[in-house]
Amino acid sequence: MKIVVCIKQVPDTTEVKLDPKTGTLIREGIPSIINPDDKAGIEAALRIKEETGAHVTVLSMGPPQADTALREALAMGADEAILLTDRAFGGADTWATSSTLAAALKKIPYDLVITGRQAIDGDTAQVGPQIAEHLGIPQVSYVSELHAKGGSITAKRDFEDRYHLIKVACPCLVTALAELNKPRYMSVGGIMDAYRERQVTVWTLADIQDTVDPANLGLKGSPTKVKKSFTKAAKGSGETFSVGADEAVAIIMEKLRGKNLI
Amino acid sequence: MNFQLSKEHEMLQKMYREFTENEVKPFAEEVDEKEEFPVETVKKLARYGFLGIPFPKECGGQGADHLAYAMAVEELSKACATTGVIVSAHTSLCASPIYLFGTEEQKQQYLTPLAKGEMLGAFGLTEPGAGTDAGGQQTTAVLAEDHYILNGTKFFITNAGYADVYMIIAMTDKSKGTRGCSAFIVEKDFPGFSVGKKEKKLGIKGSSTCELILEDCIVPKENLLGREGEGFRIAMRTLDGGRVGIAAQALGIGQGAVDETVKYVKERKQFNKRISQFQNTQFQLADMQTRVEASRLLVYQAACGEDCKQPFAHLAAMAKLYASETASDVTRRAVQLFGGYGYTREYPVERMMRDAKITEIYEGTSEVQRMVIAAWMKIN
Amino acid sequence: MSKDVYIFVEQRDSKIQKVSLELLGKGRELADKLGQRLVAVVLGMEPGTSYQKLIHDGADEVVYVEDPVLAEYMTEPYAKVLTAIIRERQPEILLFGATSVGRDLAPRVSARVHTGLTADCTSLVIDEESNHLLMTRPAFGGNIMATIACENHRPQMATVRPGVMGLPVKDETRIGVLTPMAMNFDKADQNVEILSVVRSVEKTVDIMEAGILVSGGRGVGGPEKFDTLRELASALGGEVASSRAAVDAGWMERECQVGQTGKTVRPGCYIACGISGAIQHVAGMESSDYIIAINKNESAPIFDTCDLGIVGDLHVIIPKLTQAVKKMKESQES
Repeated sequence: MKIVVCIKQVPDTTEVKLDPKTGTLIREGIPSIINPDDKAGIEAALRIKEETGAHVTVLSMGPPQADTALREALAMGADEAILLTDRAFGGADTWATSSTLAAALKKIPYDLVITGRQAIDGDTAQVGPQIAEHLGIPQVSYVSELHAKGGSITAKRDFEDRYHLIKVACPCLVTALAELNKPRYMSVGGIMDAYRERQVTVWTLADIQDTVDPANLGLKGSPTKVKKSFTKAAKGSGETFSVGADEAVAIIMEKLRGKNLI
Repeated sequence: MNFQLSKEHEMLQKMYREFTENEVKPFAEEVDEKEEFPVETVKKLARYGFLGIPFPKECGGQGADHLAYAMAVEELSKACATTGVIVSAHTSLCASPIYLFGTEEQKQQYLTPLAKGEMLGAFGLTEPGAGTDAGGQQTTAVLAEDHYILNGTKFFITNAGYADVYMIIAMTDKSKGTRGCSAFIVEKDFPGFSVGKKEKKLGIKGSSTCELILEDCIVPKENLLGREGEGFRIAMRTLDGGRVGIAAQALGIGQGAVDETVKYVKERKQFNKRISQFQNTQFQLADMQTRVEASRLLVYQAACGEDCKQPFAHLAAMAKLYASETASDVTRRAVQLFGGYGYTREYPVERMMRDAKITEIYEGTSEVQRMVIAAWMKIN
Repeated sequence: MSKDVYIFVEQRDSKIQKVSLELLGKGRELADKLGQRLVAVVLGMEPGTSYQKLIHDGADEVVYVEDPVLAEYMTEPYAKVLTAIIRERQPEILLFGATSVGRDLAPRVSARVHTGLTADCTSLVIDEESNHLLMTRPAFGGNIMATIACENHRPQMATVRPGVMGLPVKDETRIGVLTPMAMNFDKADQNVEILSVVRSVEKTVDIMEAGILVSGGRGVGGPEKFDTLRELASALGGEVASSRAAVDAGWMERECQVGQTGKTVRPGCYIACGISGAIQHVAGMESSDYIIAINKNESAPIFDTCDLGIVGDLHVIIPKLTQAVKKMKESQES
């Protein structure tokens, strides 16, 4: 079985802090990591590889420093790594991103494509399903259990109040939740190999010219645009009230209502 | 001179930190409290290659280097000094001498499983009457046809009771003094070998420190490491490598203490402000970090010296001397900055302070390190 | 020319999901601003369902498809229907709840019809000048907000975060159009086989997942007294948590412990009852969106870290609060 895992290198947004003076995000010194949902995807692919001898390719669309994320995947045990990088891809929304990734996927033999459900910077959860549409293959998202056998996938697909046990024939696309598994660490030897023995293949626009429509690339190819971005107000020290119980309840109810918590 | 870590070493450091944060740190308090050897953690360490870092792939190792190994011990020790020393004793004191001095057969039989983490190693030199005066060996080894018979007691042995393989030094010729010592690879199941009393210690409480009892212990002839009479030289060379490991452990303890303190002082408020805003707090921490940084450079320099196969004994001695004294100093100051809370078990700094002390003592006391450095300086 | 605001109304077991009603409320507002109609699209309800309720909630028209293939969610059949509707009717705006269905379906549909999609919106507003939909949503792990527009493609699509938009104002005198629709599904459309559907029973509680936490400390006073907090949590749709003091005293389980040696939580709302606010506890909850503290002691440090502080007796306040919340929810439901 041939598996391609799409991964994204993201800033560790759980470490991001607000500069209290300027009200803007402090982005310097934030470590870059493999997006957690994607890492679960790599682990899922590696487990299938261990069980069935599958071949695992890891693909990432990003700036040159995404090389590190791909090396990490190699150090975990992936067989091949491809970095899709070009200035022309910059500023892409999910339509453009998924179009570009799909164009690359059309050049890689695959039975199963695994993406993470959502990236912790963009938080859209859209790229996976959109890739599936571009490739014309079935998608199963919110996967919390995954098995591959003889040309098809069985999975547990989660909803808020239930789950489906589903079976789908390959080729297909699956989006992985971080809850899917506990990803392995890189091994010491794996890291040494990733840098000394292995390669990250680099593809630019030229490599996918024949499978992509340039009108779908980058900022220009993006139907959605960011009009503005701003930080939420920093939490100051709030108000304290010394009042009777009934008044206290009224104040609390008002606040809860105002925040749509009830 | 390039002070930048290579990409591989950066990624190794990242992995070490993640592993430590998730697999070591959460258990550190319990390991100390229950004085229990972290068996499960050691299995995980084996799985990810921590027990064979500097050995070539052909020997079952990970194909990295001594810098990578020192960094691993450093990162593990930031959270748990016990875990750090388990890796260090296994790698430097048992696997290493077999790598350096073993025959092909010995390497296949012992080095490969040790490097793969399938077996755990330990080192037995110290005896009740031979500590700093390591030359005063009383354990004897008598050759009888195809095997040696070992008799004696070893003391304060790290990893004892959990190790599968022990590097034991014994006298084959008492008349020759230190030139009459030999090194033997002893398996735990050899007849006449047993593990005795376990020590209760001030710190690194989860590390298993026991007596070894050799009572007519039968060791096959093939398990002599090197030649008869080379044992002391092998032991000294082994300790040089071990010192890099312990220096790395001390470095980790020191940095771990500084990191915990920085976190705490940013939260703790007294006199209506965070104590991080007081100049004393800032100055103390500046001193502490500077000393830890200096330790780091000495440790990494010694590790690189070992990798370059240059004479590095003096570098290892300086690194251990400085890093261990720094660890004791820094952890003491850390507890002071925490105040009352730092004296309780709710925060880890009191454990770090207790753990730090041993780094000034084992694998050659600070006094011994000073002897090594002075000798290298040719002062006498 | 595209027009009208369309809402994908999500159903499970023929029960309409709350987020869809919230969307109707918002959709009505947007449609009124644009001077256009609000259309609800419902797939897979049981035959014989009454769709009038959706008219009462603000829709001018309900387009519905009743087909057994649509009873349980599957991507392709749902995408096929929505695509047909989009191509035939050309909506101006199409909104989905940002649920596990919405976030699976909307991207597939948006890619099929080549339009823009904005995820997990917390605010939707019509731009005064251009009449475009301005969609605001959290990004960067929730650390920033971004306002997005889809200027040159239609429909403007968005998934909307549940629990943020208010519920619609009911008007039982409203009149609207009910439009049944049929669709042919072939084997190729049912390309995923559902082997079984397993509905959730009681899930084990993970306080780190809860949107609202009602947390108690030493001030609660005893294990049975935590029942007061449980009732409030239940009324609010949240969970109960506690400080270390309550766990050490044996009143609560360790899984509920928030703090330095417990769990770190970031719920939408954290209500700290009888908790003094020692650093070790604060470290575990200070990133919560909204912190309410109730404590008898006005110099308790918790009042330095909360958004709303109440100096008072939690044993009197919490039951009254629970009553008020229950009352409000009852009136919403009817």
